[in-house]
Amino acid sequence: MNGKQNTSVRGLAREGLWDNNPIFRQILGICSTLAVTNMVLNTAVMCAALILTLSLSSLTISLLRALTPRNIRMMVETLVIAFYVIIFDVSLKAWWPDMSENLGPYVGLIITNCIVMGRAEACANNQSPGVALLDGFFNAVGYSFVLLAIAVPRELLGMGTILGAAVPYFSGPYWDKWIIMVMPPGAFFMLAVAVWVFRSWQGDHES
Amino acid sequence: MNPEAGILQPLVVMFSAAFTGNILLAKFLGMCPFLAVSRQVKTALGLGWAVVFVLTGTSVLNWLIYWKVLVPLNLEFLRFIMFIIMIAAFVQFVEMVLERYSPVLYQKLGIFLPLITVNCAILGGSLFMVIRRYTLLNAVAFGFGSGIGWMLAILAMAGIREKLAEERIPRGLRGPGITLIIVGLMALAFIGFTGVLGG
Repeated sequence: MNGKQNTSVRGLAREGLWDNNPIFRQILGICSTLAVTNMVLNTAVMCAALILTLSLSSLTISLLRALTPRNIRMMVETLVIAFYVIIFDVSLKAWWPDMSENLGPYVGLIITNCIVMGRAEACANNQSPGVALLDGFFNAVGYSFVLLAIAVPRELLGMGTILGAAVPYFSGPYWDKWIIMVMPPGAFFMLAVAVWVFRSWQGDHES
Repeated sequence: MNPEAGILQPLVVMFSAAFTGNILLAKFLGMCPFLAVSRQVKTALGLGWAVVFVLTGTSVLNWLIYWKVLVPLNLEFLRFIMFIIMIAAFVQFVEMVLERYSPVLYQKLGIFLPLITVNCAILGGSLFMVIRRYTLLNAVAFGFGSGIGWMLAILAMAGIREKLAEERIPRGLRGPGITLIIVGLMALAFIGFTGVLGG
């Protein structure tokens, strides 16, 4: 972010996965993806899309940074991001139509996901391509593991399954399924709990 | 949704977009500005109106672009880029018109308009309208209803957060944590509308 950013692989990994995790610290980009965390499989595909888009678009934006005029850089960034999202969307439609149907408009919404734009502005714009690629990658992974951490309990408590496979006890008659967990409010509650746990753990740096 | 409802259908689409299928509480769109700008009722109202206006306008524009230009040319895969460009252009245009003809309104909404270009609710609204194959009239109703729903949600949230400012909240829950829990409770309440409209 600021000038003293650590650009070693370790530093970038720590920054993206933990210290500056996009979800816990910055609460960014939760818009398009909370919706798909009711099923672990959907979440995994969405995360893969995000990891690909974010790493590659960071790399591209960094490569183009010398060529891009300052005043149209937002437009260029948006187009680069849209380019990768379209590739992913079209391939998904071709090879895995069911999944494409499940995710609905949310794949396309990666374009307006604030994390992608946020990383482009904060890092890819003024760092070398290698650093930008790693930064994008680790931020996306940091984001993905939180989403998976939200998706697993939601599917388990709400449907008694993980990745569609029945889990003993939770899918049995003794477990009263928490239907609310797979409905929208469940996503908000799980994310709130995740943020709570993380922030209490990390200590509150904010005012 | 009931196909023989005829004239009533746009109304049904509008109300279900505003309540049961609330774009924020059920579709999770527009969360970022929602969390960032919901501290005060006044600013929330300004942003809310801006969203209603832009969402309705871009729904119409994007409907025309998609069904009248992209589909006949077989270029549906370009829809993301076209939608984004249309939204950005529309916002820019509205900003210029407001600045020229209605300085009062410009002062109220001006600062929110640029924020809206990156609001996922706007792009999401257009994408949903295309996926669900709405007619033009239904698309207008959907855009307007979604905007109203978003505004209702952010207004309620801002009202609650103004009261919340003086409460004692566990350290880790302050800020986004408690907000998300309240959003969850609001989403629960809005789910209560399910079945009223059958959509």
